[in-house]
Amino acid sequence: MQEKKRKIVIPSQLLGDIKSKNAGKGTFVENGKIYSEILGVLNEGGRYIDVIPLKGRYDPSIGDLIIGVVEEALGSGWLVDINASSPALLHQNEVPWRVDFGDTERYLNHGDSIMAKILSIDESKKLQITLNDRNLYKLKGGHIINFEPSIYRRIMGKKYSMIEIIQKYTRCRIKVGKNGRIWVDGDADGIEKVEKVISKIECETVSFGLTNRVEELLKKGAKDVR
Amino acid sequence: MKSDIDLIDSNGKRLDGRGAEDLRPIKIEAGVLHRADGSCYLEWGNNKILVAVYGPREAIPRHSQNPLRAIVNARYNMAAFSVDDRKRPGPDRRSREISKVISEALEKVIILEQFPRAAIDVNIEVLDAEAGTRCAGLTAAGVALADAGIPMIDIPVSCAAGKIGGHVVVDLGKEEDNFGDADLPIGVSPRTGEIILLQMDGHLTVDEFNTAFDMAVKGCHKVSEIQKKTILDKYQPSSEGK
Repeated sequence: MQEKKRKIVIPSQLLGDIKSKNAGKGTFVENGKIYSEILGVLNEGGRYIDVIPLKGRYDPSIGDLIIGVVEEALGSGWLVDINASSPALLHQNEVPWRVDFGDTERYLNHGDSIMAKILSIDESKKLQITLNDRNLYKLKGGHIINFEPSIYRRIMGKKYSMIEIIQKYTRCRIKVGKNGRIWVDGDADGIEKVEKVISKIECETVSFGLTNRVEELLKKGAKDVR
Repeated sequence: MKSDIDLIDSNGKRLDGRGAEDLRPIKIEAGVLHRADGSCYLEWGNNKILVAVYGPREAIPRHSQNPLRAIVNARYNMAAFSVDDRKRPGPDRRSREISKVISEALEKVIILEQFPRAAIDVNIEVLDAEAGTRCAGLTAAGVALADAGIPMIDIPVSCAAGKIGGHVVVDLGKEEDNFGDADLPIGVSPRTGEIILLQMDGHLTVDEFNTAFDMAVKGCHKVSEIQKKTILDKYQPSSEGK
């Protein structure tokens, strides 16, 4: 919220010269000039020119907390859909349980959702995730809502202000994965509200004072707030 | 095929009143489908085209995966009701050829190395056809890919030129395509001017080819401006709330 107006750039738009700025994320360099490679919001605060994507697949990076859905149980691990361009592998050594070979289906099965962390990414973008940490676990019950991974920061808000507001007014348990998935548990009314708020944030990504407007929206419907 | 009608009159006006260098009216809209990752609806004259982009996602079947880069599956399909006589549905020789050339054109602009083993699906649906659907399809695919947030070095654009009644003109209409002497659809990457698609049907002399080529490139740049404006307008903050 530093600059007053957020500038939208489109692929192949000229952003600057390599002599004056460094090319950051979402850009490419050709003949000494920096161009945008994606549709996004221009960010040239520091020494780097970055383009923050508006849409698109989740781009994994090591250490991200993500919500995955198990696709398939293999002999010695699981294939997990994490909304990236390819599924991630969860090896049996990376879970908190002792799993015998071929016994993977007893612990996680097709359709189960997990809160996991990205463990490693190799050169060909093969992904490994892990459940071996506190705050990582299998998610039981609840409801999963999808959103554009690029608006993760807006959903969390400044110092988690947005997500705290949503939690306060809907009285749901909410977990947000960086990969564009939110897990909500609570009464049907609350879940519906969360869904409404998320789609509002999605529609108004490129605007200011969103947190206040979301609070107003939630206040209207709320009866007993603690 | 020859006919008695004059495709171009002595004043250089064509059947629909356009001059030699005028394009048909173009209307583009981005992000029209909710379930697709990116989409575009395009009207170019009486062509109506809907494009949906999915991915990048895991390429299936597995043997089609490339461990170094993503693959692009463009699928050009004409609706049964898109032409005068009912078109038999399903892929035929013509639409498979167009799918292939459009896939190859898109491979040149998408940064495929970022998504190894993945596939990007581009579905081009021709709802209403009036000559120049492959150009319209590629143009719409470019907007849909940008809308899907897929990294590209350029937004591809395409336009045709041709020869009717002895004159070289840009963007052939239906009668001009059916009764004209030649048709030259080209696709370019407008930032670099690189050619990503070039086909020709009919006969042109070298000089005529060069004029037609230049005219088509000029047409491409005009269309490119409309494309860019469409995408910017859709996502500019002024259009939504405060």
